[in-house]
Amino acid sequence: MSSHQTEVLSTAERVNRSLKRRYAAERRFRFYGLASILVALVFLVILLGSIFFTAIPAFQKSYIGLNVTFDAETLGIENIEASNAFLTADYDAVIKAALRQRFPDVSSRSEKRTLYSTISVGGTYQLADMLQAQPELLNTTQFVWLTADDEIDGYFKGKIDISAPESERRIKDNQIAWLESLKANGEVKKGFNWTFLTAGDSREPELAGIRSALTGSFLTLLITLLLSFPLGVAAAIYLEEFAPKNRWTDLIEVNINNLAAVPSIVFGLLGLAVFINFFGLPRSAPIVGGLVLTLMTLPTVIIASRASIQSVPPSIREAALGVGASAMQTVLHHVLPLALPGMLTGTIIGMARALGETAPLLMIGMVAFIVETPQGIFDPSTALPVQIYLWTDSPERAFSELTAAAIIVLLLFLVSMNLLAVLLRRKFERRW
Amino acid sequence: MPVSNLLLVILGLTAIAYYLGLRRSIRVAGAKGVRSLESLPSYYGLLTAVWCAVPALLVMLVWISAQDAVISNLVLAQLPADYSHMSPAQLTLVLNDIKNIAGQNIENATSSDAIKAAAEHYLSLQRIGLASMSVVVLSLAMLLTALLWKIIHPKLQARQQFEFIIKVFFLLSSLLAILTTVGIVLSVLFESIRFFHLVPISEFLFGLDWSPQIAIRADQQAASGAFGAVPLFVGTLLVSAIAMFVAVPIGLMSAIYLSEYADRKLRSIFKPMLEVLAGIPTVVYGVFAALTVAPFLRQFGESMGLDVASESALAAGLVMGIMIVPFVSSLSDDVINAVPQSLRDGAYSLGATQSETIRQVIIPAALPGIVGGILLAISRAIGETMIVVMAAGLSARLTLNPLEAVTTVTVQIVTLLVGDQEFDSAKTLAAFALGLMLFVVTLALNVIALHVVRRYREQYE
Repeated sequence: MSSHQTEVLSTAERVNRSLKRRYAAERRFRFYGLASILVALVFLVILLGSIFFTAIPAFQKSYIGLNVTFDAETLGIENIEASNAFLTADYDAVIKAALRQRFPDVSSRSEKRTLYSTISVGGTYQLADMLQAQPELLNTTQFVWLTADDEIDGYFKGKIDISAPESERRIKDNQIAWLESLKANGEVKKGFNWTFLTAGDSREPELAGIRSALTGSFLTLLITLLLSFPLGVAAAIYLEEFAPKNRWTDLIEVNINNLAAVPSIVFGLLGLAVFINFFGLPRSAPIVGGLVLTLMTLPTVIIASRASIQSVPPSIREAALGVGASAMQTVLHHVLPLALPGMLTGTIIGMARALGETAPLLMIGMVAFIVETPQGIFDPSTALPVQIYLWTDSPERAFSELTAAAIIVLLLFLVSMNLLAVLLRRKFERRW
Repeated sequence: MPVSNLLLVILGLTAIAYYLGLRRSIRVAGAKGVRSLESLPSYYGLLTAVWCAVPALLVMLVWISAQDAVISNLVLAQLPADYSHMSPAQLTLVLNDIKNIAGQNIENATSSDAIKAAAEHYLSLQRIGLASMSVVVLSLAMLLTALLWKIIHPKLQARQQFEFIIKVFFLLSSLLAILTTVGIVLSVLFESIRFFHLVPISEFLFGLDWSPQIAIRADQQAASGAFGAVPLFVGTLLVSAIAMFVAVPIGLMSAIYLSEYADRKLRSIFKPMLEVLAGIPTVVYGVFAALTVAPFLRQFGESMGLDVASESALAAGLVMGIMIVPFVSSLSDDVINAVPQSLRDGAYSLGATQSETIRQVIIPAALPGIVGGILLAISRAIGETMIVVMAAGLSARLTLNPLEAVTTVTVQIVTLLVGDQEFDSAKTLAAFALGLMLFVVTLALNVIALHVVRRYREQYE
């Protein structure tokens, strides 16, 4: 009896003694949980922060003001009446002359060459456009803001460490002297980088933009939307409302679930083998990209649409059938309108995923260097995420800023699509 | 007539057909009124419209996809005799020339008169093809409309027929999922079989040397090209293992915290933020891994006296792990929430602390679901492409050192297929063999995982 009592006591004691340790373990465990969430969030902040801060300079670019003389002789224009006189003129010579005039001391050949590299090759196009728009400028002198070369732009943005020894710098001491003199005279300005939004890809960072990539993404997504939404909704309706429950529909279900988890690059292989090699559709075209992304997003759309149809209560169907609607009328006139917001939400989320998808587009050749904005769904084009990938590979440092800026644009699109989905859900969400 | 205009015309015809069908049904109903019809008048209109548009569009689709091949054959047949004994590969090049000249993509002054004539011929055939397609398609649409107009009759069950057509469309859409799977299997399987004719399957699966460069000249270095995929498999496993090493503890602990400890408010803040991580495109993670994490690891390694490659398995794996965190956490969250409250209450009533309950009751109870989620996450890591393409490197080295550059199956698929046009070299076919491996492995993982998760759910439902 007494031994039993001591045992009970000792158990209680044991428990009491262990309590401190156990509570400490409890606190530790809780801390681990919080810490792992924080690790993930800190990572998210670093990711977004690093991209954001890298991107900021890319939205600005430097221009250099020069007194350009549109001298017919320097331009090599002999016959003004000739239709292509302004197209074939030598604008490069005009810029060079203007630079020589601004810096008369520069004499040696190598120094001259360095001086000429101050202005981007885009300057000639700028002058050509000017002269074609206003032919009366010929043989006059105009003060023109010309796009600076990307290295020069980097200097003005403080990207170049002047304290480094000259031999390790991309910008040499004599260049710095010229640039500082330009700056002191107010012949340097920084402006919003419209080129980034209005131009296509380019080998020169200061002339590169995302317009052709954005257009390509838009066309691709348009095809994806036009195909995946009706097909996905139709498949969901069939599976939820009409399909008999048998092995066949089980197979379809398993298939859809598995397709949702197949790596995206495999869809790219499918696109390459089937759409390009078998059906002979053009490589690099938005039509193929759209088809591949359709197959990829279809499972998402189907799964979301089915969930949405399931949430429509059976009483709606019974009421419709009760007043004599056919099965098809019940679905099309009553179930579908009620399920539509949920279906749209799922589709938008699928579209957002498709917009960020890169790997399958690499497979079907949408990685080409595209300057022109694609005009139609059969034109060669690229897409925004692919453009980001391409720029990351480029050696010029300024491209990493462009990469980050393009990512910002991509993320903006994604955020607005997701917001739209959330708003749709809020507005139409219905509890039965 | 260009295709887009033809589409517009068909659209217009469809609208007219709808109207015609509608009027016709009211007309045949006559004095007895529309109540004597089998279906509402609009269904007669819809049926007519469907018969007008659908067959015409189908014919158009088939015509467009077949036209190019037919015209190409006709043009090649018309070429002068000295072209007739060319190999198919050469003929393809000639055909490309012809098409380029016809499309005015190039002004190739050197091309022979025969080619130029063929280009002319090609263009004229194309014009004839388009014109005859327009005629056929439009007359088909009108013919069928007229036919429907003729057979509309008060006893015609227009609604049933229309609904049947819609139902067939629904059925076909749902079959697309199966068709996609079949398409994937066939496309990777056929090319893989061709590849295994060139390279024995045992060498592919067990060979230790991967250098897929096929020499252009015979005397070139590494002329043979080796297709032993083991280094790729090891690289893939290494990167995935690092990723899982990051993702599983962080994801699982976050899920536990969110579902067991966090109050409603905290949950409503943290959960969407974790989901943001899941919504970021992989190419962005790739950029981050290549431009931020890899240089950081390199510097960090240097300060520790370690030699870290500028593209390393570690950088790719770390970033991939973070990418997978929300995936693991949301799947684990689901299964932890599915554990019945009674199990928790039982553990508490025995005096267990919350963490003891979680570790000794909830986790074991949820284990099958968690394992299923982790399997899905592994399949995700194996199939992930952009992060490894941008941050893991290209060198097929057989190593387990996470500080070195490794290459993975997906990276090799990308490098083998991007920019390469030739389609029957062992190099491009190898990409499909790798794709087959990837598909089979991820499919197996998914099937097992979905099965495990489903069994687990059934247990508590």
